[in-house]
Amino acid sequence: MYKKYLSYPHLMWMLIFVLVPIVIIFLYSINVLSTNGTTGFSFENYKNFFDITYMKIFGYSLWIAFLSTVFCLGFGYPVAYILAKRERERLAKGKKSSTMFMLFVMPMWMNMMLRTYSWLTILESNGLLNTLLGFFGLPQVNILYTTAAVVLGMVYDFIPFMILPVYSVLVKIDPSINEAAEDLGASPIKVFFKVTIPMSLPGVVSGITMVFLPSITTFYISNIFGGGQIMLVGNLIEQQFLVANNWNFGSAIAIVMMVLMFLSMKIMNLFNKGNKQMAMF
Amino acid sequence: MEHLIQLTNICKSFDDNQVLKDINLYIDKNEFVTLLGPSGCGKSTILRIIAGFEFPDSGDVLFEGRSMLAIPPYERTVNTVFQKYALFPHLNVEDNIAFGLKLKKMSSGEISKRVSKMLELVNLKGFEKRSINALSGGQQQRVAIARALVNEPSVLLLDEPLAALDLKLRQSMQLELKNMQKELGITFIYVTHDQEEALTMSDTVVVMKDGTIQQIGKPTDIYNEPKNAYVADFIGKSNIVSGIMKQDCLVNIEGVDFECVDKGFAPDENVDVVVRPEDIYLVEPDKGKITGTVESAIFKGVHYEMCVVAADGQKWLVHDTTLFDTGSRVGILVKPFDIHVMKKSV
Repeated sequence: MYKKYLSYPHLMWMLIFVLVPIVIIFLYSINVLSTNGTTGFSFENYKNFFDITYMKIFGYSLWIAFLSTVFCLGFGYPVAYILAKRERERLAKGKKSSTMFMLFVMPMWMNMMLRTYSWLTILESNGLLNTLLGFFGLPQVNILYTTAAVVLGMVYDFIPFMILPVYSVLVKIDPSINEAAEDLGASPIKVFFKVTIPMSLPGVVSGITMVFLPSITTFYISNIFGGGQIMLVGNLIEQQFLVANNWNFGSAIAIVMMVLMFLSMKIMNLFNKGNKQMAMF
Repeated sequence: MEHLIQLTNICKSFDDNQVLKDINLYIDKNEFVTLLGPSGCGKSTILRIIAGFEFPDSGDVLFEGRSMLAIPPYERTVNTVFQKYALFPHLNVEDNIAFGLKLKKMSSGEISKRVSKMLELVNLKGFEKRSINALSGGQQQRVAIARALVNEPSVLLLDEPLAALDLKLRQSMQLELKNMQKELGITFIYVTHDQEEALTMSDTVVVMKDGTIQQIGKPTDIYNEPKNAYVADFIGKSNIVSGIMKQDCLVNIEGVDFECVDKGFAPDENVDVVVRPEDIYLVEPDKGKITGTVESAIFKGVHYEMCVVAADGQKWLVHDTTLFDTGSRVGILVKPFDIHVMKKSV
């Protein structure tokens, strides 16, 4: 028998720390300060956001998030595949699971800000990278404060979130399924494309969700790597609150982003429908 | 005559564990061969070597006289039905079965023709678009068989395909498999630890133990003329007792001489004597060769299974349709041709 009252503390928590803040943000977003000093409710803040200047920022954020996701998938999938393959071979031989995987996801538990800052010392004009390049007589690179640097930072910060869900799906695939495909005439390459990739899709979908959504809204990576010259939606919201002191407009953008994220999560879930092999997230 | 598949001097070890010791075996066209033995005896490894998933340490696998070892699994003309079916969860029934045909770049018309023929054969018409996860164990099993058979392999390898099914379903699938094999004229190599399954379906049974072949023969031969006490014990319940071969056709068990039909032993050689429980007749105490007391009696449906303890403590397992009450004194009779004498297994 389920005791419903056991969930009440959790419900209270959710109410106070999730629902109430969202309602407050929403109230802020529809609150408009008129010229004569009185306040009223309208959707003007939302209308303002759909201005060409802000739409460009929004489009740019989407583009950077898309690039980061593509790179995370491109680098993360092979890593997850190799790790999962090694792990399954180890398990088949009755060995303990390897520490290799831990090494790859360990950065997830370290402070992101700290890890991001450490890249500065590598990338800056007299930094580690250029010192090394100079040592070998190669031309210097100055990618700091460019789009490339922001994408690099995002890929670095978010790649564990791609590796983890893909790995956890791949490692669960029964080896006899691969053997069955081979038995039916599929070469190892065909097994990969016809069995492994389709079966890992739920993990890929969670990975994309886990990378794409934070990539759109992050502001500190673009702050650090963009040096204030790269403006993303996250930076825009931050600015409205901390610099322009226009909490109402900032709240409106935040609400729009929240709705968009909710929708994209719903869309992502469609891909997982009917597939019982759910990923970790 | 050339054999379809021939295994010569196959040895295989995993780490320090030698699972196959010098296996020699040949399989002919259209034969239903069963590899029978307890788990860990190496029977599945033989199957995996034929399929190409394992490589023997030494020895050769010949297919129609040519070595198969250099051929990767995806180019071999054998197909496997896996123990846990190993169906593709991301594909529906139809696409699972068509998997092999699509890889062969067959036209879609031909594919759908063959798939529907297969679905008919395994009694799954109308299940084309079903998801694999929506099928019962028995239905998944049929899809796995159809997926392998649709490629028209020259040999079908089956690795304990019925182990996960309940008794009734297992028995009906045994008959269906046997019928399919006859109908399609495909060689079946079947791995099981279930002796009844092996006896029901096979043309040839290969009894294995600890990586060695104990006996190869027809089911009736294996049952009636087991080569050693191990085979006798593994194939059905048996009484295995020690005896002394007095001379040809005369064996002494527990101090009592029994007539038998076995010859060729040294005088007074110590032997194992195997008597099937259904070959023992219980009679009045004074009419039997050995007397004993019924220790237990269990009703088994067709017969009663009774345990009779002889005067010297030797236990005899007896199957009889008439019940002798626990505690009653009985005599034991065995006909000469029901006594199987074999060399002491070391």
